[in-house]
Amino acid sequence: MDIEKISGMARRMRKRILDVSCSCNASAHLGGGLSMVEITATLYGAVLKYDPKNPAWEERDRFILSKGHGVLGFYSALLEAGIISEEVFTTFQSNESDLIAHPVMNIPLGIESSNGSLGQGLSMGVGLAVAAKKKGMKHRIFVLLGNGECNEGSVWEAAMSASHYNLDNLTAIIDNNCYQSDGKSESVMNCGGFEDKWKSFGWNVVSVDGHSIPELYDAFTGHNEAGKPKAVIAHTVKGKGVSFMENNNEWHHNRLTKTQYDQAILEMGEV
Amino acid sequence: MLEITPTNARQWSRLGSRAMYGQAILSLAETKSNLMVLSADLGNSSGLDRFRNAYQDKFMNVGIAEQNMIGVASGLAKEGFVVFASSFAPFVSMRASEQIRMNLGYMNLNVKAVAIGSGITMAYLGNSHYGLEDAAIMRSIPNMTVVCPADCAEIIKTVYAAADYDGPMYIRLTGGVNNPAVYKEDYSFEIGKAVTLREGSDVTIIANGTMVSESLTAANLLQENGISAAVINMHTLKPLDLTAIDKACSTSRLIVTVEEHSITGGLGSAVAEYKSTKDRAPRQVLIGLPDEFLKAGEYRFMLNKYGLTGELIARKITEEI
Repeated sequence: MDIEKISGMARRMRKRILDVSCSCNASAHLGGGLSMVEITATLYGAVLKYDPKNPAWEERDRFILSKGHGVLGFYSALLEAGIISEEVFTTFQSNESDLIAHPVMNIPLGIESSNGSLGQGLSMGVGLAVAAKKKGMKHRIFVLLGNGECNEGSVWEAAMSASHYNLDNLTAIIDNNCYQSDGKSESVMNCGGFEDKWKSFGWNVVSVDGHSIPELYDAFTGHNEAGKPKAVIAHTVKGKGVSFMENNNEWHHNRLTKTQYDQAILEMGEV
Repeated sequence: MLEITPTNARQWSRLGSRAMYGQAILSLAETKSNLMVLSADLGNSSGLDRFRNAYQDKFMNVGIAEQNMIGVASGLAKEGFVVFASSFAPFVSMRASEQIRMNLGYMNLNVKAVAIGSGITMAYLGNSHYGLEDAAIMRSIPNMTVVCPADCAEIIKTVYAAADYDGPMYIRLTGGVNNPAVYKEDYSFEIGKAVTLREGSDVTIIANGTMVSESLTAANLLQENGISAAVINMHTLKPLDLTAIDKACSTSRLIVTVEEHSITGGLGSAVAEYKSTKDRAPRQVLIGLPDEFLKAGEYRFMLNKYGLTGELIARKITEEI
């Protein structure tokens, strides 16, 4: 794993996220997009098997963005991975674009599934993982969830079934940025203690600093336990990388003005 | 494939629609290698016990978790499996409604969601288990095909056609045991193509599910009173066979829709939606369940109470014509 390469990816992704959020001239889910950047950079930079020239390659690893509003941290990774072009990326949130505020299934663009309604991606991940085992295929399935998303009961239905079916080819990543739409999760709906919760549902749990590329890489590639699905609890900062967005939930979904954009870019320095 | 003969039809009728679904799946598995069958802990109630024993690797009981069932089914379908996922009507169509909308509708994934015991088949189990509104909800989701077979033979036809059809589907099974047989010999079944079971010049009765058999009885009774009634089995609620409705409108003075479903949003509504766009279409009488929760009772008692027997359908038509 080339840490310099991946941290370079992450820096460029943050810059791209700001570029496209400003140029689209509309509100975007910045906070939760920025919190997941190291997660997707590590996945697309060093972990996932894929062929940018053939996104439909049958043996590719499957990545599902269950926290569908996190697209900024996803499309920017697809751009870095060479799966989508600059031209496609910059259509973000323009009329009838393929890249809107929630993923729309589009295999040629590397988007496995349509999401946006929270609490559904992990069930599909379970189906994909069962299918891979039935077909004797070796690819892995990664599903990225938000901490707020874990309020949805259907997440826990899926969690229960993944361990029941011994899906050790399935990894759930919880982007635990501690906020959700209306505020701090501990005050909105305290769903914390994820380590214990996922463990009690029969998962192999790894807890990491979600902005540490080596820790993420280690969690994604190691710590495997035969017969158990893996949950990586990634402790992150909402709005990570932009001082006025960090832990400021006004940036859950907001419009980035040119002045704010300039300030954020200045802070970021050279990428 | 199971052969439709008078003897088989009699036997299937006794078994009823749930057991028939299980038999159809069991038979399908002989030829469909990429079949997967899911249940939300109602495998036995869905007649799937024999299938489960014979094909353990193709069956998943996902527990009492319908939302997850639809999601898992969709993941399997995305990887090329032909997936049937069943539970009781409200639990499939309403508990997992949004999962169906996202996965079967929005992503157009090849999952057949099967509603066991829809309509008021569940009798004393009450409204919690009735499928009063399921067809209305399912047909309003883009990409969905909705089929409500007329009898046990047509359940087989539907299951086979569904397995060969590449797209999402809601299969709505009505009727319990002693489900009257409409078909006693083989016939041509095509999704989206209504079957005219009987020609008539005064009135056309358009029905699906259990109401096809009742409508045939009604047509016989009407004939005794000098009223000539055609009967159309509109097994596919979506896409609706518009040609069949055009024909009915051009030959009849009155269109009657009959369904074991609320009159809000089901077959009657679907026919009316289309008919309202036509010039000089005949008047329509909508026969079905009222838009209300029902006091539960034994199945035949309920059909009788809500006017869903051949005799009461005939009486209603005689009043209206």
